[in-house]
Amino acid sequence: MTIADQVTGSTIAGTAGATPAGTKSRAAAPAITLPAIGERELRLDLFRGLALWLIFIDHLPTSLLTWFTIRNYGFSDATEIFIFISGYTAAFVYGRAMLESGVVIATARIMRRVWQIYVAHVFLFTIFLAEISYVATRFENPLYTEEMGIMDFLKQPDVTIVQALLLRFRPVNMDVLPLYIVLMLALPVILWSMKWKPDVTLGLSVVLYAVTWEYDLYFSAYPNGFWAFNPLAWQLLFVFGAWCALGGARRMSRILASPVTMWIAIAYLVAAFYVTLTWYVPQLSQFMPKRIEQWMYPIDKTDLDVLRFTHFLALAALTVRFLPRDWPGLKSRWLRPLILCGQHSLEIFCLGVFLAFAGHFVLAEVSGGAAMHALISLSGILIMWGVAWIISWYKRVADKSGAKTKNAVGNADLAGGG
Amino acid sequence: MKAKVLLSLILLCGGLAAPTARAGDAASAVSPVPAACELPSYLLTSESQLPKVAEAVKAGRPLDILVIGSRSTTIPSSESSSYPARMEVILKEKLPPSEVVRVSVEIQSKKTAEETASTFVKLMEAKTPTLVIWQTGTVDAIRSIDPDEFRGAVTEGVVALQKAGADVVLMNLQYSPRTETMISAQPFLDNMRVVAQEHDIPLFDRFAIMRQWNDQGQFDLFSPSRGPELAKQVHDCLGRALAQFVIDAAHLEPAQQQN
Repeated sequence: MTIADQVTGSTIAGTAGATPAGTKSRAAAPAITLPAIGERELRLDLFRGLALWLIFIDHLPTSLLTWFTIRNYGFSDATEIFIFISGYTAAFVYGRAMLESGVVIATARIMRRVWQIYVAHVFLFTIFLAEISYVATRFENPLYTEEMGIMDFLKQPDVTIVQALLLRFRPVNMDVLPLYIVLMLALPVILWSMKWKPDVTLGLSVVLYAVTWEYDLYFSAYPNGFWAFNPLAWQLLFVFGAWCALGGARRMSRILASPVTMWIAIAYLVAAFYVTLTWYVPQLSQFMPKRIEQWMYPIDKTDLDVLRFTHFLALAALTVRFLPRDWPGLKSRWLRPLILCGQHSLEIFCLGVFLAFAGHFVLAEVSGGAAMHALISLSGILIMWGVAWIISWYKRVADKSGAKTKNAVGNADLAGGG
Repeated sequence: MKAKVLLSLILLCGGLAAPTARAGDAASAVSPVPAACELPSYLLTSESQLPKVAEAVKAGRPLDILVIGSRSTTIPSSESSSYPARMEVILKEKLPPSEVVRVSVEIQSKKTAEETASTFVKLMEAKTPTLVIWQTGTVDAIRSIDPDEFRGAVTEGVVALQKAGADVVLMNLQYSPRTETMISAQPFLDNMRVVAQEHDIPLFDRFAIMRQWNDQGQFDLFSPSRGPELAKQVHDCLGRALAQFVIDAAHLEPAQQQN
């Protein structure tokens, strides 16, 4: 059994019981240190689960529930949380694999994971095609003749579908997986470099981010434009997550514990909240100095604006400070649904995108009332929870029966994301 | 630090209190509109102004308005119910009877902002409007044009129109819930807002307005109906809102109705 499998052992936290800080045996590595074996960071699962729920709600048309998503209270949104935690967990699992079994094996395992994500993306694209074809043939409101131009791509499926397989044609709401695929493809190099010198790797990542901004580098998309999430910029968050997982977080603990950091973070979050408030209460914008507006806007999501990145950092700093790793609430029944979803992120992410499509469809075909809207959001979340529960259950059963024969394949699930 | 928090709180309260007072005044000022068209006043007001329109009306010169748009500017086969035509009717009603109002429409269907903007110099030589209402963004959103390029194109267009001596109003995309999963409108809405802010020109927020109607149940924009009725009603309301917006931005309300 490899160490990665022991991490798997406690996948069902709460039932298996995460080993407390007693076993602080660390892998002796030259430059990077890994957290104690067997400890599953429930906070990561919790927030990834939360990010998945928020992404689902953000993908539905605006409703009352939308007001609970964090993008309305600051610059960053669930995507940042998601990519950061994905970087963290991927580095945690595959970093260990790299130390244990070497670069080649770890790379092979990462590629296997990339393949899974790719297949998931293609699956979602098929569902999208089904939806758009349906709308194209059924919906002929003269108010929207112009918007129906979106269906033009159906006229040349030969090009479009090939471009979709090449990840260059990505319909709305299908941008996260391609980003994740590219980041995971780069993971072997990132880990290999982290093994050598983590700080230099992070530095290189910052340089790539800066160069991307300076020279306006991008990934082109089909039919025109570019990727909605520029991997060259978003890698910063992913690499930062990896850096934190491989010992960076521990080294930063003193900075994170300082009250100065806390107050800076609070001040920044309040300021960001005020700015976002001006978007929703336009009357407030008269109190925004024009000069600040001109400097600040647009806050670019494609290239992960610095304002967004720092907003995420401030959020993370406060979270780490006020939600300790051993907070008993993490084991409570009320947070189980979130943690379960976070533990099977690829499956639940895809399900969320699918449910958002389906939700749109129901809203359009059945009724668009507020009650229906609430019902769809709620049942979507319940379905996500239920499926996450079934997956855990299945894993537990399969692990039990296969434990003797099955060799260590590693826990792609912990490395999840998606 | 506390002072900063306190300050923003005070600003916040002030900001919330002020517009409610203003909304009350405005409500009593507008002439009766169909219930379906009702909108909160902040969607119909702009801080930016239309000095040339104000000047023309004050001097009694004719008010020439050019609407540059795309397919969503019109309703197929009922031109006279489209929002430019409705706006013309309402403006004539609201402005002094002596005022001549002429609205012309330039449709550039299936063209991006960049392609449209490249025609502006010639267009403005041919017509010399006092006000140009430029409705754009949909085609760019459908083709997912680079939002930065889009912003550049809108800026260029606005500058060209202003250079030709016209006031400019920008109008953004329609709110289209059916295609929400397929067309990403947000970057285009954001960038149009930025250009409007940078050039201090009014932005007619068609997207927010239509979403308001849909959310409040005044119109069911999900409706798959093939008949032109819904489109006619929406355009009527849009025309009214646009007329009100122009009057407000140019401060053309009769003196007794002003705050």
